[in-house]
Amino acid sequence: MTKRERILGWAFIVCVLALAPLFITSNRWIDFLELTLFVAVLGQGWNVLGGYGGQYSFGHAVFFGTGAYIQALLQYKLGWSPWLTLWFAISGTTAVAAMIGYLSFRYGLRGSYFALITLAFAEAFHVVSRSWSSFTEGGQGVQLTLNQDPALALATFQFSFGGPFMKAYGFYYTILAILMISYAATWWMEHSRFGAQLVAVRENEDAAEALGVNAFLVKMRAICLSAAITASGGVYYVQKFLFVEPGIAYGTAKSVEALFAPIIGGLGTVLGPLIGSFFIHGVGEIAKEAIHGVFGDRPGVDLILFGIILVLILAFAPRGLVGILERVWIRLKARGDA
Amino acid sequence: MEFLGLDLPSYSWQTVLGSAISGVFLGSIYALVALGLTLIYGVLHIINFAHGALLMLAMYAVFFLWKLLGLDPYLAMLIVVPGAYIFGYGLQRGVIGKASHGRDEIILLVTLGVSIVIENAALFFFSASERSVLVPYDLDGIDLGVTYAVYPELIALGGSLLITFALWLFMSLTDTGKAIRAVAKERQGARLVGINVDHIFAVTFGIGTACVAAAASLLVPTYAVHPQIGYLFVLIAFTVVVLGGMGSFIGALVGGFLIGVTEQLGRLYLGESMGVITISVIFILVLLFRPTGLFGQRSG
Repeated sequence: MTKRERILGWAFIVCVLALAPLFITSNRWIDFLELTLFVAVLGQGWNVLGGYGGQYSFGHAVFFGTGAYIQALLQYKLGWSPWLTLWFAISGTTAVAAMIGYLSFRYGLRGSYFALITLAFAEAFHVVSRSWSSFTEGGQGVQLTLNQDPALALATFQFSFGGPFMKAYGFYYTILAILMISYAATWWMEHSRFGAQLVAVRENEDAAEALGVNAFLVKMRAICLSAAITASGGVYYVQKFLFVEPGIAYGTAKSVEALFAPIIGGLGTVLGPLIGSFFIHGVGEIAKEAIHGVFGDRPGVDLILFGIILVLILAFAPRGLVGILERVWIRLKARGDA
Repeated sequence: MEFLGLDLPSYSWQTVLGSAISGVFLGSIYALVALGLTLIYGVLHIINFAHGALLMLAMYAVFFLWKLLGLDPYLAMLIVVPGAYIFGYGLQRGVIGKASHGRDEIILLVTLGVSIVIENAALFFFSASERSVLVPYDLDGIDLGVTYAVYPELIALGGSLLITFALWLFMSLTDTGKAIRAVAKERQGARLVGINVDHIFAVTFGIGTACVAAAASLLVPTYAVHPQIGYLFVLIAFTVVVLGGMGSFIGALVGGFLIGVTEQLGRLYLGESMGVITISVIFILVLLFRPTGLFGQRSG
């Protein structure tokens, strides 16, 4: 694809997402879009480190959860404005990422070992958040007070008592804004010297080092950017639900959600996590509807399908849906030109 | 009692010793779960993330054999272990091997995908509720003075020692065992001397799955079955494998006992919920400072 085609494609996607609420009247579909974009943000966070850097984290919840807890606790304990706490949430999580990254990369953990240590950190944070009740409120979680004054809706970053537009679409545009910023950051990274070095480290770390790339530094920057994006998903989650508890924050669900979207959509591509998230949640919704008629409401259906899709993609389309779409596009263009 | 600035409760030596002994029993189960994991790592050089899901699946098999046919959990081993071997062989040959294109990092993701499918299939078909096997002897046991050991714990301890020894014999004495060790040491060389590497991979995966099925039989009399149980055990098994040294049988055994004792003492001194963190801390420290573990040879 040429650069012009890519830019036009992105402009089209942004327009569709920005205008979608005009054509959607049902709350259910807005919720569906919000969830999809939220997972697409988590997915991009994972993709920066896993897709571009080849460092597969199995405990990305540690970044989501830390961002969410900082955002919730600073408001809950100190009464700070959410617009202030969000900077602390993102920078605090980045500091945690720097610590985890420093330990893992300084001691040369790769492959399975890196996956294991990220899992261990997520588990350690899970246990601490559950046990250190005086600081984190323990297993019952942190519940923020609901603001019921419409005049303060914007100041409290809580839209449920805002005007009709804010009430219906406030959080949709919040997550869309987070998505656009994080995707722009990833785009910038991909086209920067840092991005090229990161891909070189993924392809062959020793060769990259031999060419003068400081692999440790490159991986450190990647894990920090990755964590900052993932933490912004945590900030959104806390403002939307006004609640966080250890299982939501540090459980395996978020770690797994974060890696499905980019792998299925296309590792190491800006578009991959977004396409992947739309695909799996679309399939998930359809499956839930279909199963509902036969078995009633049962948990697990969507994740069974996601797991199967993951394995099929790894087996037959290692470049993900983006790879498939690109091939189709090239074939269509060749036919058009002929 | 003060330790590192923490104010820890004091206990009599009997309580501490009793706790440590129950840790040994717990550790024998961890060792057995870790055994299959370390075998697969030693040969395929990947962490099998589906290991916990396979444990859970085997526990359900044992449970339903008891529930529907009235089969004793220990006798169920005669059916579950060969069944697990065939399942594991097929899983590696038909799914994991095919989907991974021989790339280690892809195998890691494929086993994760497989574990998610199995775990959620269990949730879908069996729901999240806990199911327990009731055996008539589950509360009988021997009084050891400082603690009371029930028969299921004693059988688990004996069983895991026996299975580790049997596996070691198999690896040292049989041709298949030698072929597995050859593939573990030098994949390319083994292929050149005519060993069917894909077959050996699948055999290894099958044996690893059979080990975890044996562990399932020994676990079911003391642990309730639910879809998440595999995950709980496998996190600890990862720690055991890393601590003992990836690929080492004796390491899995020693690591299992060490982790079991540490966990029980952690619970005693730090409380039920915080005690578990000792495992995560050991895990992280070993990964960072000695990724080859106590008995491992290959560096990470």
